[in-house]
Amino acid sequence: MIYSEISSNKQKTALLITCFLVLIIALGWVFSMQLEAPGLLPVAVIVSVLMSLTSYYYSDKIVLSMSHAKEIKKTDDPDLYRTVENLSIAAGLPTPKVYLIDDTAPNAFATGRDPKHAVVAITTGLRQKLTKPELEGVMAHELSHIGNYDIRLTTIIVVLVGIVALLSDWMLRISFRGRRRGKEGAIIMLIGLIFALLSPLAATVIQLAISRKREFLADASGALLTRYPQGLSAALQKIAADHEPLEVANKATAHMYIVNPLKEHIEQKDKIGWFANLFQTHPPIDERIKRLEGMNL
Amino acid sequence: MIYALIIIGVLVLGGVAIYNNLVHARNRVDEAWSDIEVQLKRRYDLIPNLVSTVKGYAKHEDSVFTKVTDARAAAMSAPTPSAKLAAENQLSQTIRSLFAVAENYPDLKANQNFLSLQSDLTDTEDKIQAARRFYNGNVRDYNTKLQTFPTNMFAQMLGFTAKTFFDIDEKGPEGQPVNVQF
Repeated sequence: MIYSEISSNKQKTALLITCFLVLIIALGWVFSMQLEAPGLLPVAVIVSVLMSLTSYYYSDKIVLSMSHAKEIKKTDDPDLYRTVENLSIAAGLPTPKVYLIDDTAPNAFATGRDPKHAVVAITTGLRQKLTKPELEGVMAHELSHIGNYDIRLTTIIVVLVGIVALLSDWMLRISFRGRRRGKEGAIIMLIGLIFALLSPLAATVIQLAISRKREFLADASGALLTRYPQGLSAALQKIAADHEPLEVANKATAHMYIVNPLKEHIEQKDKIGWFANLFQTHPPIDERIKRLEGMNL
Repeated sequence: MIYALIIIGVLVLGGVAIYNNLVHARNRVDEAWSDIEVQLKRRYDLIPNLVSTVKGYAKHEDSVFTKVTDARAAAMSAPTPSAKLAAENQLSQTIRSLFAVAENYPDLKANQNFLSLQSDLTDTEDKIQAARRFYNGNVRDYNTKLQTFPTNMFAQMLGFTAKTFFDIDEKGPEGQPVNVQF
């Protein structure tokens, strides 16, 4: 079951990169045709390939620096480090690097392109709040994301979908505020419209890739690893009780965290409506806790 | 004639798939075993330091020290996983008796070196437990493959045999009820 999950994640990652390549190259083609500048097409090809390679090899570093996470050594926090080491041994994974985010909001995530290049990050707020069994539960959840190759897909999504969202935002602004006349204005208008359509699509891609299934699966296999589902469910309860939003998280990275770090969506759900629902990347915590407590090991 | 060839072809392909599947599973078990050995070796390395530290304070407990040293030597030289299993359980027990001796020496319990060795040893024991769990999970998967149809018909013939779990000794101190005397 886990092995099919791994190959499905690898396929989804390849599909995502292909879609991105096609999109950027198609854009380059539209520009080069309309502006009668054939040189633009090879540029678009090179740029899109470079962006894809960068996102494959460096997206974990981009994500970590976006979150202001800093690597810690074993001597900095032996308890945390040993917990990660022991769980990795039990899961049969190489020990990931451990990063700390200096923020009082409780949260954690995992990133990297494969288990050999993996990182688990935890906020200082969560580190201080949790007891040992709870910390083990959280870390086992993150290690399950690593073992299932969830990290490769979710991390690349941050960068690729982030670029598309950024471009669409930018194009929309130019097309509506610029009000240019003639051929040029029409092209930009057209591209702006294409991106306007793509923006909700990007959100859907995030949601599809994340899906409730992924979090539930990580909860379940994490609980199998520690043989103590109560640890993770107690940790989730503590995180849910805290309403402080995580400052370093944004819509592009929210799906990576163990619990949605953009807490305002809980209280203002009715006001934002369907658009906020597009970004509902996590299943409700109550349901996750209920499933963990119903587990029979 | 053609049908017969197709049937033979399918059977051969199926056999190859079953064989490769078993080899993968067995390799995973062997790999998991080497993970355990890494941690066991770490424990062997810690023990001489621990013994010499305790010796500095508790000079008259020679029998305990010999037991630990002997058990360590026996565990290190155990040839097969099942012999290793028995020897490791023996070693764990002697280490426990060594810590019981240390309880009687307050100066020793305050020694920084002793405390760090003790925490290293506890950590190593935790890691052995973790590695053991991973190993047992792989043994379970491998044995299940061996025992289920249709693999069970060829497995013996191809030279695959069931592996033993790395269990903690149920008859050891932790498996027995505690005797409290007043």
